[in-house]
Amino acid sequence: MPPAAETSSGLRPRYSRAVWVSFLFIAIAAACLPFADLSISTLDPWTEMERMLWGVLTPDFLAVSNLGTAILQTVAFALVGVALAAVSGFVMAQFFHLRLVRLLCAVARAIHEIFWALIFLQMFGLSPLTGVLAIAIPYAGICAKVYAETLEEAPPAALKVLPAGVSTLSTFFFVRLPDAWVHIKNYTLYRFECGLRSSAVLGFVGLPTLGYYLETAFSEGNYSEAAALLMIFYVLIATLRVWAKPRLLGLYLVVAPFLLSGSSQIRLDNVLRFLGEDIVPAPLRDANLLDAGTWSGLADWLGMLLADQALPGIVATVLLTQIALVATAFLSLAFFPLISEKFFGRFGRTLGHIFLVVLRSTPEFILVYIFLQLWGPSMLPAVVALALHNGAIIGHLLGRYSDEIRLRPDSPVGINRYAFEIVPRMYGQFLAFLFYRWEVIMRETAILGVLGIATLGFYIDSAIADIRLDRAMLLIFITALLNIGIDSLSRLIRDRLRLSTRVESCRG
Amino acid sequence: MGKLIGRRFFIALAAGLLATSVAVADTFVFTAIPDQDEARLKERFGKVATYLSEALGVETRYVPVKSYAAAVTAFRNDQVQLAWFGGLSGVRARLLVEGSEAIAQGIEDPNFETYFIAHVSTGLKPSQDFPKEIAGMTFTFGSKGSTSGRLMPEYHIRQQFGKSPDEVFSKVGFSGNHSKTVALVQSGAYQVGATNFKVWKRELAEGKIDPDKLSVIWKTPGYPDYQWTIRGDVDQRWGEGFKEKVRQALLDMDAPDLLASFPRKGFIPATNADFQPILDTAREIKLID
Repeated sequence: MPPAAETSSGLRPRYSRAVWVSFLFIAIAAACLPFADLSISTLDPWTEMERMLWGVLTPDFLAVSNLGTAILQTVAFALVGVALAAVSGFVMAQFFHLRLVRLLCAVARAIHEIFWALIFLQMFGLSPLTGVLAIAIPYAGICAKVYAETLEEAPPAALKVLPAGVSTLSTFFFVRLPDAWVHIKNYTLYRFECGLRSSAVLGFVGLPTLGYYLETAFSEGNYSEAAALLMIFYVLIATLRVWAKPRLLGLYLVVAPFLLSGSSQIRLDNVLRFLGEDIVPAPLRDANLLDAGTWSGLADWLGMLLADQALPGIVATVLLTQIALVATAFLSLAFFPLISEKFFGRFGRTLGHIFLVVLRSTPEFILVYIFLQLWGPSMLPAVVALALHNGAIIGHLLGRYSDEIRLRPDSPVGINRYAFEIVPRMYGQFLAFLFYRWEVIMRETAILGVLGIATLGFYIDSAIADIRLDRAMLLIFITALLNIGIDSLSRLIRDRLRLSTRVESCRG
Repeated sequence: MGKLIGRRFFIALAAGLLATSVAVADTFVFTAIPDQDEARLKERFGKVATYLSEALGVETRYVPVKSYAAAVTAFRNDQVQLAWFGGLSGVRARLLVEGSEAIAQGIEDPNFETYFIAHVSTGLKPSQDFPKEIAGMTFTFGSKGSTSGRLMPEYHIRQQFGKSPDEVFSKVGFSGNHSKTVALVQSGAYQVGATNFKVWKRELAEGKIDPDKLSVIWKTPGYPDYQWTIRGDVDQRWGEGFKEKVRQALLDMDAPDLLASFPRKGFIPATNADFQPILDTAREIKLID
């Protein structure tokens, strides 16, 4: 070894770029900590925790008179929403090379289902269309992107052997599509699982799905009822592959639209009023556009919104996102061995699976809601809930991935195997999963404001409470921009670190 | 295959939407702001719906909503034609819907009160004067759109301190409804809160409040609050004189269990002008432009 290299690197360990990036993110989260309010403000969180645990031990399946309806509505909204998203996403995927389509899809997915629902509530009220579109629009954006990438990644070998003169249409249907079809089908089924979670959460803003009854049960302290609702939801998701067979889905789809219930008819004048008046910034409404005063009024309005609401909202959203991201990272590294063949036997893994399924089936929104009841309002419930939910998702993917790693016969066992074999060998994969979740965590963080944490969603919810929809729309737009920004940054980091992988079930 | 599912699906969707929009043609629908536990609201307004159906001879239905804003929006979009609003939500709704009118209020409503309540650990005692010691503590309002849980307490806080609640308290929350405010102060999640005096009295009577844990420390002066508000175009849909019929039916409500579920002693006529003080206050603290 040349002496020069010895003096420059010495005995100090040489870290890869991936490790440096990890340190950087940990440092950022640590720097965020002093500014985040992580206190427990309830004086006696244990009494309430005991009552909740008691509720879990004594689920009351009879208390919810509308249990059947709640489940049916949850499935129906998810089914119709995702079907619409899959069809339109598939069509848009064909035009994904167009910048405009990509842009529209990016905006559609950057806005959370609950925000879409809040927008459509203004136009359509509690009609079924509100729930269907709230799921279909962001999901169409996600599906379009993933379908397009899947079609793109299809192996080029088949294309090369095509004779000259085969039409583009035939090429598509007989060469490209068959290759990608399995992936598209699997991804769509995964989307349906997400759709069930979204559909359940939409109940919190008034749609007749599971979340509606869950919110009522929790806020009135009927924990046995809440436990029953959640348990049924877990069973529904755990048995998804049994009842959601492709053949049956077609049948369900024909029935589902008739099951959607809502309370009102749709009126065009409400839609036009929303688009033509409500969302026009207040200083511009009925104003003389040639008058300089109008524009200085608009500038004041914008300045007030940006300085007093958007900025503090963005700061809180970013703080919370960065802390939750790093907490997610640690938890996913702790969770994955629970379901890995490399560490546990069949029995242990089964328990691990149940644990992770419960955590990842419970929507973050509902987890945060539960922890808020326990610990009072601060960022702590949000960090814990986001880390548990996303940690369980990434832990699950890592656990499956670790099963494919081949070990030498003399490889170490236990903690040494974990720290010196498995984790180093999947570290790139782990970071890829994590960076894919980054944007999801941020989108979720923003929406938590609806529950009272001071992220962007808090200001959006306040604007809607004041029926100031112009402000709400601008803030939602800013939230979307922030999300798109994080998404691009994440892609940049992944490219730099060369972290590319098939992680369909982690996208979105 | 994707295509096939797509077409079948669109036909079904269209048929589904058509079916739902035909079904609700001429039912008279009302809602109420969700100011308390939902079980209680459903019990109360279920009874009111039955009563109004009989008194009006028109099928009347109650739709529950999850937020104050949703109640105002439903009224504005003509998805409900009648609503039991608070002072602030009523003023907002009537500004948005031309021709809409406040027609009846509870006997107690022209003189409504907000109670400031505090956890025992604060050491605060009941007083006649505004308790300035609450500065620096944690404080929870009710819903963001509530009169007794937001508008009036915020008005008095701004009057007393000359600052916004954010600047006065170490932490400000919005519990969502009055029952929740009481529960949060009782659990100590917030040191001080502002709640509707009717809800306080009722929960006290029902034994839901532990007087050893929290107490009322200050009562606001009276102000006008809840009222029934109806859309201006109901006569065109249900016939001349329908609005008057609804007003009369509301004023005639005298079944003790019905009144007890509000709880109000009875109902008296109301006009839009009765709520001018609320509008002025809301404009003053910039909740309404």
